[in-house]
Amino acid sequence: MEQSRVIQIWVGLFVAIGLASLFMLAMKVSNISALTEQDGYILKANFENIGGLKIRSPVTMAGVVVGRVSSIDFDRNTYEAVVFMTIDFKFDNIPDDTSASIFTSGLLGEQYIGLEAGGSQDYLKEGDSFTLTQSAVVLEKLIGQFLVSKADE
Amino acid sequence: MLDQLQRLGSASLNTLERLGRGHLFLLNVLTGIPGLFLRFRLVIHQIYSVGVLSLLIIGVAGLFVGMVLGLQGYNTLVDFGAEESLGVVVALTLVRELGPVVAALLFAGRAGSALTAEIGLMKATEQLSAMEMMAVDPLHRVVAPRLLAGFIALPLLAALFSAVGVMGGYFVGVGLLGVDEGAFWSQMEDKVDLFDDVLNGVIKSIVFGFVVTWIAVFEGYDTTPTSEGVGRATTRTVVHSSLAVLGLDFVLTALMFGD
Amino acid sequence: MSSNQSEPDSPPQTLVKIRGLRYFRGSRAIFDGVDMDIKRGKLTAIMGPSGTGKTTLLRLIGGQLRPQQGSIIVDGMEVNKLNHRQLYELRKRMGMLFQNGALLTDLNVFDNVAFPLREHTRLPESMVRSLVLMKLQAVGLRGAHKLIPSELSGGMSRRVALARAIALDPMMIMYDEPFTGQDPISMGVLVSLLKNLNDALNLTSILVSHDVRETLSIADDVYVISEGKVVEHGPADVVQKSGSDWVQQFIQGKNDGPVPFHYPAPELIDDLMHG
Repeated sequence: MEQSRVIQIWVGLFVAIGLASLFMLAMKVSNISALTEQDGYILKANFENIGGLKIRSPVTMAGVVVGRVSSIDFDRNTYEAVVFMTIDFKFDNIPDDTSASIFTSGLLGEQYIGLEAGGSQDYLKEGDSFTLTQSAVVLEKLIGQFLVSKADE
Repeated sequence: MLDQLQRLGSASLNTLERLGRGHLFLLNVLTGIPGLFLRFRLVIHQIYSVGVLSLLIIGVAGLFVGMVLGLQGYNTLVDFGAEESLGVVVALTLVRELGPVVAALLFAGRAGSALTAEIGLMKATEQLSAMEMMAVDPLHRVVAPRLLAGFIALPLLAALFSAVGVMGGYFVGVGLLGVDEGAFWSQMEDKVDLFDDVLNGVIKSIVFGFVVTWIAVFEGYDTTPTSEGVGRATTRTVVHSSLAVLGLDFVLTALMFGD
Repeated sequence: MSSNQSEPDSPPQTLVKIRGLRYFRGSRAIFDGVDMDIKRGKLTAIMGPSGTGKTTLLRLIGGQLRPQQGSIIVDGMEVNKLNHRQLYELRKRMGMLFQNGALLTDLNVFDNVAFPLREHTRLPESMVRSLVLMKLQAVGLRGAHKLIPSELSGGMSRRVALARAIALDPMMIMYDEPFTGQDPISMGVLVSLLKNLNDALNLTSILVSHDVRETLSIADDVYVISEGKVVEHGPADVVQKSGSDWVQQFIQGKNDGPVPFHYPAPELIDDLMHG
């Protein structure tokens, strides 16, 4: 009987491992970031268009990742996107006139938020907003503008 | 000329006959499955020998396959400046194809061959006959729990293989090669679909688990009851079930992903 | 089961009745018109040289094989006309001892003997334990109940298998070559065990063997078969005094006689000259 107990425990472990694997595979589809929330303070920024920005997209400053997008919302009054980002506590001296833009890394790559520091002596604190923002470049719009400007010539 | 024709004919007839016996065998085994739920201890015992004992090989193989995928994928993607897509490449390859297929091939080698040898030896040592004479149907008592156990174990093993593989790809891609961690996961989350990819992979592994175990137990039950016969049946199990897995994989992939 | 012999409508003296049995393997006739009557409560021996299908006969009686012709009637039921369920019901009342015991290798001695009890009855575990220990006591192996089959000698395996065969108190038991390959001591143990069990449990025993001396010493009734036919039948002493040269050769183990020492061949001198 003792031996069959050991076997049952092993089988229980096996099934648990298998189900955990399945769970992990499934969670990757939905949202794994909820499981690995990092510490930091929240800043927000309004964009006219966020393009392909997603939760967990990186927030960079001079190319260095300083934080991640933690949630994305929609402002019902201004019809703008509101992006909340969690910035690491290490980077607590971001000037309050810093601008936030949405860039694309490479031609096919991921979209991310790039911060360009301003000259102010006051720093952004938890809950503050970026005043200067630049939306994602939408390729179709850009091509459209280009064609229109060509046609005008 | 006529001799060759005759040989071809008799070979085809033999194959057909074996196929027929295999299906009848399966039908008889399946009638024993419902009774097993009253005696699930038998199945648990078998899950131990086909599942738990395969954990190590599946885990290690999954880790290495994932790491290689990370390395190779990175080398290709970096040329297009799309190394952030590494997560997608690794996860899709594993979840759709390599997880179910490689896990099934390893399962055929590790557990399938063991099943055939075990049942074959039971037949060679008259244990199956003895059970029949004790009015215990070996198809229900010996074969059915093993079939059900394989059916349960392989999908779990394949999921483990994929999950460990993704972790392997993550270690190489993010840890060694410096792919952005957030992009690795977020692109993966974005591009891998729960139903189209993960679920289809699970369905594949369920089908493979069934077919591999079926072939293994049938080869064991149908073996010539000598030590040589058991050896040959074991080899046949590995060869036939590997071929069946690869062939079925093509059919299933065409049905699932080819629109 | 044997207790209902005392009822007014007592069952016939013959438990197994075989009539006109013909069984072919491929085109080779294993049995070609065999008639036998196995009497209730007796130990019937079936003897013959290796390869005469003695084991096949047991499998035919147990319903594992089906004859091409003829009938085998066990306790009033024609074995090859039963459906799967009826056959299995009948088998619960038969025990069979295979040549090498055929113990289930993944179970220990106790669980092997308990196997038929657990499969066919819903007895509480404590009662299973008592029954198993009693059966093991009967074959002298109660002390070995924790061993696994690979730790047993050949003779012990057969004794455990015997305990398993009588676990459900069958009406009959079939022994397939129980003495083959035994040293004199375990042979003696098995011989007396068979006899005692047969008498004590009022079993009907069918013993297939080619160990002449041991078999004749305990058998009540003897059939000698050769080439698919019964060549001699009767009580042990009658068979021993048989007038048939062949039977005499078989019983006394002479190296030449009706069964020639030489496999059929052309004259030696011809072979050498033309070789």
